[in-house]
Amino acid sequence: MVFHFCITRHELLLFEALREGLEEEMDRDPRVCVMGEDVGHYGGSYKVTKGLAKKYGDLRVLDTPIAENSFTGMAVGAAMTGLRPIVEGMNMGFLLLAFNQISNNCGMLHYTSGGQFKIPIVIRGPGGVGRQLGAEHSQRLESYFQSIPGIQMVACSTPYNAKGLMKAAIRSENPVILFEHVLLYNLKERIPDEEYVLSLEEAEMVRPGEHVTILTYSRMRYHVMQAAKTLVNKGYDPEVIDIRSLKPFDLYTIGNSVKKTHRVLIVEECMRTGGIGASLTAAINENFHDYLDAPVVCLSSQDVPTPYAGTLEEWTVVQPAQIVTAVEQLCR
Amino acid sequence: MGFLGKLNHSFLGFHQRNSSLVSPIDESYRNAVVVLNNAMALFSVRCSESTLAEAQRDSRYDEHENQILDFPGGQVTFTSEMRFISESPEKRTKCYQVLDDNGRPILGTSFQPLSKEFAVRMYSNMVTLQTMDTIFYEAQRQGRISFYVTSNGEEAINIASAAALTFDDVVLPQYREPGVLLWRGFTLQEFANQCFGNKGDNGKGRQMPIHYGSKKLNYFTVSSTIATQLPQAVGAAYSLKMDSKDACVITYFGDGGTSEGDFHAALNFAAVMGAPVIFICRNNGWAISTPTSEQFRSDGIVVRGQAYGVRSIRVDGNDALAVYTAVQTAREMAISEHRPILIEALTYRVGHHSTSDDSTKYRPVDEIEHWRMARDPVTRFRKWVEWNGWWSDEDESELRSSARKQILHAIQVAEKVEKPPLSDLFTDVYDHLPSNLLEQERLLRETIKRHPQDYPPEVPM
Repeated sequence: MVFHFCITRHELLLFEALREGLEEEMDRDPRVCVMGEDVGHYGGSYKVTKGLAKKYGDLRVLDTPIAENSFTGMAVGAAMTGLRPIVEGMNMGFLLLAFNQISNNCGMLHYTSGGQFKIPIVIRGPGGVGRQLGAEHSQRLESYFQSIPGIQMVACSTPYNAKGLMKAAIRSENPVILFEHVLLYNLKERIPDEEYVLSLEEAEMVRPGEHVTILTYSRMRYHVMQAAKTLVNKGYDPEVIDIRSLKPFDLYTIGNSVKKTHRVLIVEECMRTGGIGASLTAAINENFHDYLDAPVVCLSSQDVPTPYAGTLEEWTVVQPAQIVTAVEQLCR
Repeated sequence: MGFLGKLNHSFLGFHQRNSSLVSPIDESYRNAVVVLNNAMALFSVRCSESTLAEAQRDSRYDEHENQILDFPGGQVTFTSEMRFISESPEKRTKCYQVLDDNGRPILGTSFQPLSKEFAVRMYSNMVTLQTMDTIFYEAQRQGRISFYVTSNGEEAINIASAAALTFDDVVLPQYREPGVLLWRGFTLQEFANQCFGNKGDNGKGRQMPIHYGSKKLNYFTVSSTIATQLPQAVGAAYSLKMDSKDACVITYFGDGGTSEGDFHAALNFAAVMGAPVIFICRNNGWAISTPTSEQFRSDGIVVRGQAYGVRSIRVDGNDALAVYTAVQTAREMAISEHRPILIEALTYRVGHHSTSDDSTKYRPVDEIEHWRMARDPVTRFRKWVEWNGWWSDEDESELRSSARKQILHAIQVAEKVEKPPLSDLFTDVYDHLPSNLLEQERLLRETIKRHPQDYPPEVPM
């Protein structure tokens, strides 16, 4: 519960919120450190670590050579030795090179060592489809990583939840992958001055409603909210939930919504095959089948590499108009 | 256009003015080189107009009138002689050795002296390791354990390197270094428990045999993936450096593991970061069936150290005293100078790669026998210990029979110990059991209740 009249706030951009969360945790716990390409004196490609190297020194904010598998491995080794590293992938897509360390070691070593060694690392970076960044820089890694046992995945979408999730991820004893989005770093919001930490496993109710449950995360939240405006004008009452926790799903919040509206639309940026939407559809069908009045509808990107041409790129990402049409069809 | 653009410009200018002196510029490299040589004087003038981001420098000369210029990365001297560095050195890097094949110190050699107790302890551990390997291998062949990996021929590397370290030094093994655990006090029973995957295993029965791990003994759990421990070692060293601990990290890998990208990046990172880590390569000649001649074309691994800016040494891996001395010195350097060290220990993999391999299929039996008998590191060290008057034949037979008895007993006990409970299938995936795993465990228990005949009876519920 939030009593707006007694909370002081300050305004900042999403990348600043991430930095604020990171800085607070580095102040709080001397074991927290950052490593990645250009995170030190350059301040990070998206300025999330700007100023931190100056404050904490360049051992605690470490610039690494270009070898993602290796600095991720380095973070795993440092974590097993007692540190709490945060690995920045300059673009999440580059972490494909770190898959071996993330899957075979990061996710596994707590289990295979019989609980002797823990890996409290945070892996974060910008992903998703940007503005004409080309196929290799437009990957949706949450698709590929979601199967790895032993890791948790969260996606932030507002300055408020970015800071809260960053802090929660750092404090977690499990390896957490925090997905940021290339196009959301300059979002502005007024966030509380007082310290807060969000739950890694909770979804966020963005707009309560009665007619349909729209599940989304990251940038697509904004496309959904834009569509929601149109839908409201047309007389619909959509319930919009930002799922935030990609692994595990918050089936409690999602379930309560499904039981209320009986209709589900998933809007994601992942590709049709094997994305978060595909897994979420399966989970909802399995758990809430009896409550559905219609099949779960999932709007995703097509199974194509993201094209560079602006018009083509726009058509590979779900747009508000498609969301409106899907809701209209679902609610028929 | 930048600096290089201006340079090209100047070549053309030079050519036009002095076409009688140089051959016409075409696209061929040779001609470009001739022009380059002749353009040196012009180059030195053009320098001052460079558009490099760094401060403008005039060219300088060393005492031999060779031109020096600052490039990113430091000063280089120019030469007008075009010479390629050979792909292989004239002579291979020499190998540090202390004892000859008869266990006698080589004349003029220097090594770290050992006390009788310490030397005997080292030797006993080597014998125990050798015996343990033989018996566990047999146990696998009898079907009592599913899999085993021996360290035959590498006992000196295992024990001598471990003996040169303190218990604070963090070990990141590949999988052929159980001797390091043995040295640190991992009991034979603990080895057996892990191989049998029973309740007594630190790893709770989750890994295949020989994937030992002990946080207490600072030995990171073995992970099957090759060379992934190398960048992890750099990370662990980074952690030690941050805490200014008087300790280093040691990590082991084979000749095959050096082909992995992680090897390259780990050495590079370690050098750049000044991480106190000792990289020990057990160059035993074989990566399963791939001989080193098919693994790389460099002079082994030691020459790669300098390529990364890492101090390195080649040692005779079958010479316990050489390994001991080198590792001890490396440790001092790593900690006091904050630098990584690369040690290439030359040896031979006497056993098969694992129990899933029959190496007689790809290498001659007499080669294996030669190394097993004539070049055994355990025998060689024994000779030195005996020569010092510290060991006798009675000690030998007593040790071997005692070790054998203990190992057999450990196996018998381990065989009978309960397997880990079903709940351990789901714990430790995360710090707490999440709802989806609770649900999956519930479903599994229901299924087992309904079909008990389809599930192994000896797993406690």
